Amino acid sequence: MKLETDIDMSVKIGELTLKNPIMPASGTFAEGLSQVMDFDRLGAIVTKTVTREVRAGNPTPRVVERPNSMINAIGIPSKGVAHFVEKIIPLYAHLSTPLVVSISAPTADGFACLARDLSLPGVAAIEANISCPNIEEDGKAFAMNADSTATVTRALRAATDLPLWIKLTPNTGDMPAVARAGEAEGADALVVANTILSMAIDLKTFKPSLGNVMGGLSGPAVKPIVLRQVFQCANAVDIPIIGCGGISSAEDVIEYMLAGARAVQVGTATFLQPNIMPRIIEDLQAFCYHRQINRASALTGALLIEEADESDLSWLDPQ
Amino acid sequence: MTVEPLQLSDFSRDDHGSIGLVRESVPRPFKPTVVAEMSRVVSNDAVNAEYYHLVVECGPVAAAAEPGQFFSLLCPKLPGEEPFLRRPMSLYGTNPHQGRIEFLYKVVGSGTRGLATLKRGDLLDIMGPLGRGFALDPGLTDIVAVGRGAGLATLAPLAKAARRNGTRVTAVFSARRPDLMVSVGLFEEQGATVIQVTDQEATSGPANVERILRELITDGRCQAFFTCGSSRLMRVQQRLAEEFSLPGQVAIEQQMACGIGLCFCCVRDFNVGGTIVNRRVCWDGPVFDLLETLP
Repeated sequence: MKLETDIDMSVKIGELTLKNPIMPASGTFAEGLSQVMDFDRLGAIVTKTVTREVRAGNPTPRVVERPNSMINAIGIPSKGVAHFVEKIIPLYAHLSTPLVVSISAPTADGFACLARDLSLPGVAAIEANISCPNIEEDGKAFAMNADSTATVTRALRAATDLPLWIKLTPNTGDMPAVARAGEAEGADALVVANTILSMAIDLKTFKPSLGNVMGGLSGPAVKPIVLRQVFQCANAVDIPIIGCGGISSAEDVIEYMLAGARAVQVGTATFLQPNIMPRIIEDLQAFCYHRQINRASALTGALLIEEADESDLSWLDPQ
Repeated sequence: MTVEPLQLSDFSRDDHGSIGLVRESVPRPFKPTVVAEMSRVVSNDAVNAEYYHLVVECGPVAAAAEPGQFFSLLCPKLPGEEPFLRRPMSLYGTNPHQGRIEFLYKVVGSGTRGLATLKRGDLLDIMGPLGRGFALDPGLTDIVAVGRGAGLATLAPLAKAARRNGTRVTAVFSARRPDLMVSVGLFEEQGATVIQVTDQEATSGPANVERILRELITDGRCQAFFTCGSSRLMRVQQRLAEEFSLPGQVAIEQQMACGIGLCFCCVRDFNVGGTIVNRRVCWDGPVFDLLETLP
């Protein structure tokens, strides 16, 4: 291996090959970023979630910052499926980067019909957002439990031949069970995970800081939690995991891959550094080069866990 | 000659927030039109009890910012304070030849408290130029700029641009006290007439401002309104704009997260021909049509 560029950065998500493991998280990417970076450098493009109907979204304020994190309650404003097909899909048609379309619907049938209608030329995969904490009361979502995840995944699988990714919620108590349900019903990959249901209160007004009262926490503060969930899911299923939670550097990506992620999504970090994704790709390549790792995909699941023997623990009990 | 494929940067906003092909094809390799870069502080001085004037050296893309556009600043963190997101900051001035941009800001929270600590030579992460600025029709002979508080800073680049076009500017500036008034010298240097009203002198009420604006219209000094910084004064101008069929533009402030149209945090409602339309302030604005803007 003579050059950094000799490193194979590609990863396979089911049948879909990505030129590298870096892609945006849904809801943190739009055409405006083309002013800052070349979209052809990305592993994939993931659109903001589209719904069949036109949705206004939540009342403002829609965002509040917290240490190393932010809470959002945008509420999936959507111009509807017709606008999406006519105006958004063609925007990305000339790119070599595959387009992943994020969808949401209130029912399993609604999800299935939307997936069917969006299985179009120019769409490389469907990401089913079965986990948005901001559209149902108290953060309810399909991915909160295994049964409803199975139901919606089954309907989606029957509706489309495209690669099907399902985006899980970190707010469930039994992530591995939800992951297994998705795999059993035919999902091609799991995106782990959406934002963490949370809240903030303004002490000046005694009012919630968000118009929607509750929202989803994201940013570097959530990374240790979601990293753990990626690790749990990767141990529970054989399909690829796409890690998503607080990633803002190549080091973060490497941690996620070691824990079992095949690829990752970068979200909130783009708000702080709009060109962070190309930078992460370069840094990841440099890391592989310096560690003499020929293929970035070799990082996936390469975590070393050894049983500690008693002598290693002696420092815990100094005599 | 080969024809380069279209890039996404060939697409731009239209009035409905959707995308239309407007620019000529640009050749590869990729050239950004918005940058996030480290700028170097030239000066950062208090101009009165509340406002600081910040001048930074930057690259050519940033220095080409237009009046009404804004930057998003990654503010230094003070001990015990944790601003997480960037802070949108309207442009106060540019000098493309020297590669400089200027901001005038009021210290109000953790972000601007951090900004106020910057010294000559320090680095500041700037992202921009962002948004759609003022559209100054070169055919106008007389315009009126109405601003209050920090809005006076946003209007400042208009003075220079209007002078280049040979457009005469009358500014009606409002502040709580005379010593908190900013931008006056800058406008006067560019040949503008500045009328100052303040709360302290009881001259800043909407009725008095309306009287001043009516006189300016009668005197042929107002073919268009440009405004920022006060919903109350915006409503006065909206009434007069309707009464006298005058166009106008308003620069809006709104809490933002990404600054570049990704997150839909900064949306506001606009009345477009009787239909309420939701727009992103950072992407479709921050400058909007005066009559479409809802308070």
